Formats: sequence, C-alpha cells, structure tokens
Amino acid sequence: MKILTGNDLPTGDVIWWTGSGWSRHVEDAVDVGDKGEAILHAEDGACRVNGGYILDATETPEGPRPAHIKDRIRALGPTVRPELTLKPSDPNAGSWVI
Amino acid sequence: MYRYDKYDQSIVDARVEEFRDQARRRLAGQLTDDQFKPLRLKNGLYLQLHAYMLRVAIPYGTLDSRQMRMLGHIARKYDRGYGHFTTRQNVQYNWIKLEQAPDILADLATVEMHAIQTSGESIRNLSSDQYAGAAADEVCDPRPWAELIRQATTFHPEFSYLPRKFKIAVTAAGEDRAAIRLHDIGLKLVKNPAGELGFEVYIGGGMGRTPFVAPLIREFLPADDLFSYIEAALRVWNRNGRRDNIHKQRIKILVHDLGQEEFTRQVEAEWQHILQNGTNVPREEFDRIAAYFAPPPFETGLSEELDRSDPDFAVWLDQNVKAHKAPGYAIVNISLKPVGGIPGDATAEQIELMADLAERYSFDELRVTHAQNIVLPHVRKADLYALWQTLDAAGLATANLDLISDIIACPGLDYCSLANARSIPVAQKIATRFADLGRQRELGELKLKISGCINACGHHHAGHIGILGVDKKGTENYQLLLGGSGAEDASLGKITGPGFNEDGIVDAVERVTDKYLELRDEGERFLDTYRRVGFDPFKEAIYG
Repeated sequence: MKILTGNDLPTGDVIWWTGSGWSRHVEDAVDVGDKGEAILHAEDGACRVNGGYILDATETPEGPRPAHIKDRIRALGPTVRPELTLKPSDPNAGSWVI
Repeated sequence: MYRYDKYDQSIVDARVEEFRDQARRRLAGQLTDDQFKPLRLKNGLYLQLHAYMLRVAIPYGTLDSRQMRMLGHIARKYDRGYGHFTTRQNVQYNWIKLEQAPDILADLATVEMHAIQTSGESIRNLSSDQYAGAAADEVCDPRPWAELIRQATTFHPEFSYLPRKFKIAVTAAGEDRAAIRLHDIGLKLVKNPAGELGFEVYIGGGMGRTPFVAPLIREFLPADDLFSYIEAALRVWNRNGRRDNIHKQRIKILVHDLGQEEFTRQVEAEWQHILQNGTNVPREEFDRIAAYFAPPPFETGLSEELDRSDPDFAVWLDQNVKAHKAPGYAIVNISLKPVGGIPGDATAEQIELMADLAERYSFDELRVTHAQNIVLPHVRKADLYALWQTLDAAGLATANLDLISDIIACPGLDYCSLANARSIPVAQKIATRFADLGRQRELGELKLKISGCINACGHHHAGHIGILGVDKKGTENYQLLLGGSGAEDASLGKITGPGFNEDGIVDAVERVTDKYLELRDEGERFLDTYRRVGFDPFKEAIYG
C-alpha cells in the first residue's frame, strides 16, 4: 500500500494522511493508491503539511507498517528515548520499529 | 571572552525580527516550503525526522554561565528538557516548533547568541582548541584569531553563497585537539625562529564521502596577513570550485584536482593581488578583539597539592583533569558519556548545574568540545574535590575522557533525516560492553567514532576505531574502520571488510581490542600498535 506522511507546518510534528485530514498516528493512515501526488500538491498548497512524501507500507492488523525503518522511527519516535515516543508505556514499541 | 558591541547586537536583533517576519509569512501561507527553506536554514532551523531542529552557534566552543543557563532555559521551555552538544562545538535541539522559533532566537539574542551560519553554504561555526587560553602547551590563545575570522567573514560577500559549507579551525598548541587537518582550512599558530607569530596553513581537508587530510599549503603566514590569505583561498575556490555536482563542491576536491602545488600557486598569486589593495584587518581591530580574551585574574601562590585519598576522585583526576598554564589551576573535562547514555546529551538541569559550577569555580567560562563533552577551563586545584563531588551527584563525573566509552556519535537515524542507520544504540552497546572502567583504562587512549551515514558528522574517518552505518537493502549495517586520527598525527581509517549488524559490530570491536592487548608493546596506544603491526592481524582477528 502507499501512504502519505509529512510534518505539521507550525509544530513540525510527524503526520499521516487519513483520507480526510492528517493524524499523528500512523495507524490512521490510509492507502492512497495513485492519488498521492495530487493530495500532497493540494495539502502543501494549503500549508497543511510540510515536506510531504509518499512511502510504501504493509497492511497489518494494527494498521499500516512503513516499509523502511526510517519511516517506522518517524512513526514512533527515537528508539533511544522511549519516554518521548508516541507509546511511552508500550514495552514492545521498539520491536515494532526494528 | 568576546562581548557584543552595539553593531553586533543590532545585527543579531535585526536578524531575529527578519526571521520572525519570514516565519509569520510561511505560517500564513505567503511563502512556499521551497521559498522558506533557505531562509530558515540561514538561521539554523532544519526539518528533521520528528520535528524542526535548531542548531545554535557557540563560536569556538566558548560560552559563559549566562549563555549556558540560556541553553538550559531553551531546553526546558521550548524543547523536551535536553540539548545535544555537537561535533562542531554547537548545541542543537530536536523538538522545536516553527511557531516558537523566532522567540527562541530572541531569547538567544539577549545573551549575545544566535543560530546564524550553523547551516547552509556558509562559513560554519569556527572551531578551536577547547583548552584555548588555558592549555599548558599553547603558544598563545587562538580564540582572538577565530573571532577575527568570524567577524570578518560574517555576511562578507566573498564568503556568502559559497559552493558548499566551509569549516575553519584555529589552534595554537602542539597537540591538535580540534582536528585542524580535517577542516577546509586548518590554522595552527606557531612562532618562527625570530619569535614572530604566524600560522601553518592547511587547506583541503575534510571528512564526508570523500575524506582527505589537508596538505600544508603555507609553512608560515605572518599573523597579520591571516584574513587576506583566507580571502585569497576562498577566491580561488569561488573561481574554480565545482558548482555543478554537490559531491564535488568542497574545496578539498579542488585542492585534490588541481594538486597541492598548483592550488598553492594560485592562492599565492591571488594573495599578492589582494595585498596590493590592503584588505587585511587592521592591527588595531585585532587588538580590540584580543583585549576581550585577556586571561582571567589567576591567583598566585596557590598550592599544587591534591588529596588523592578518595580512589574514585583519584581516577577522575588522572583521566579527566588536564594541565593548566597557570600554577595551582587545572582544566576539568566533564564527560557527557555516562555508560549507556546518549553521547553529547545533557538535561536542562545538568546544563544549568554546569553553568553554576562555571560561575563558582571557573571564572564564569565553559567550553564545548568537538568530542561532545564540556570543559571548565580554569579551576583551582584546591576546588577540584568539591567540584568533583557535585558533578558526581549529578551524573557528570564519568572518568572516561579519551577512553573507549568516550564515543563521538552523530544523532543517526533516531533523529536525522539524512542518516541510514542508528548511531546512538551502537554507542550505548559498546559503552555497556566495556563498562568496567578498569578494563577501559587498561586499553588506554582509544577514540571510537560513529556516523550514521557517509556525511560523517560522527567523524568515523578520524576514529582510532570508526564505525559507519549504512543501509543494506533496507536494514542497518555497520562498517568497521581502523587507524584514523584527528590529532596532530592525522590519518584516515581503513574499512576492514564486510559490515555487521548491530550486535555483530560490538563483537567486532571487542575482537579488535583483544587483538590489540595481545600485540601491543609497552606504552603503546591502540593507534601506535595498529600503525606498527598493520591492518592484517586485526582483519584476521575480526573475520577469522
């Protein structure tokens, strides 16, 4: 599947395209098929995303899992500071990245 | 240390307001990302993996307690409670919001700080010896020269819109603690046989994807001619440098392509031309700057005696405290490399504590080192034990300076959008594997440096043991290098062979150190043994 990510313009937070807006949780990302470029163009033009791009992911029961480790780290947070990730109390969060 | 005059302050204040307006227009949709990106980069604001990252300039790594407290304040108010000290003697924050960035710059300006020239194709933060002004082995304090270059090049048209970023280091000691031969320009202050002050000039060094050790371009440049000579070198680069290929734009490529002799000929010819126009900085201006770097009022008649009865204190003394030029004083290194910690990270509380300690014990001065540690440069020996006790209570007394756990590591894939692999977890695993301080001290000086990509922010080429993270079909892989040095015996490490996974690279490092212990002669550092016996015994130990 193809999903979209970027950074929120005012805060810099990592965000994922949900089909109707942007979420901070990769679990909310949706498959955009071949519409990714058009969505990014519109969202960038409206200043709703910064540095947006399309990436590959696999569908899992927990939601999309980005194909590349860099995007999985973006989705969760730095592996070396679990307290600053989006799932600070999940002991298995790190294994999802690796 | 240098203090802003009304011109410096007005420049920085004007830049803050200019950026405030640029950020406002970006947030209002009046500037596109492509339009805004070069503007924010001119103010040190990057967009990294998780958020904006702000890199704050600390010229030649020198700051006072007021400035250090401001760094703690920014970590607490605008970031997530910590800052990261970098290999360019700067500090950077990883969780910055664009909407707050102008306020941060405004806060920095109140203590004579900024983020100008910490990014982009500019003269980056001048680096220097972290022991400058205190070192027992220096001919003079090199920082006035670094400040002179900083002032003379900032916003100067010849030094703006360069082909690529440009890094300059200035030292004045026999021991090179600033890796000058791995800079675009490395300057070493020396005295000639007549006792006159001048520079050895090295041009064309650097790390990154094409590393070079800089050749000596001029054996002795009279000190007063420094600026005109740098301008001549930059003119030759601006004239001939490759702007068509980002990987060939650094001056090291030009020096290599032209050859040392031809590059030198062109610089000397350009310099003679410049001298006719009298563009050197007037001596009076240098004297004005140098006056700010007058030595602090050291007490005389102080005792050299130290009570070494506390064994932990004695180990810290031996490892982290260095000789000072003034009798009765010492240079204190504060390690930001606790076992299992993140190299270069310090919490807001630790930053503020170090500021307090500088004010109390070190004439209000601190230094940031390119090895990502902090220095209190002027501490009375009589105060060392009390200082150590306070540092120890705050987790800042790790006695590992220049040992295998004193690792330089870039932020790597945990933070950096350019990285291919994580650096910090590898550093943590190696430091944990070698956690026993007795074992580390048995190994002796061993500089281990890790980069998460070919850009080499972690200086892996210059590590006695270097590690380079690469992307191997979507997974992290680590190459091992041996034999690098950023010191006065500068050399580039050599890749040993096929890479390893995260655990494998830790094992490989241990096999290297085991082989070193087996092969070393009396008094040899790892690097000495490696250079004596060569590459093959270590390769055999690693791969069998």
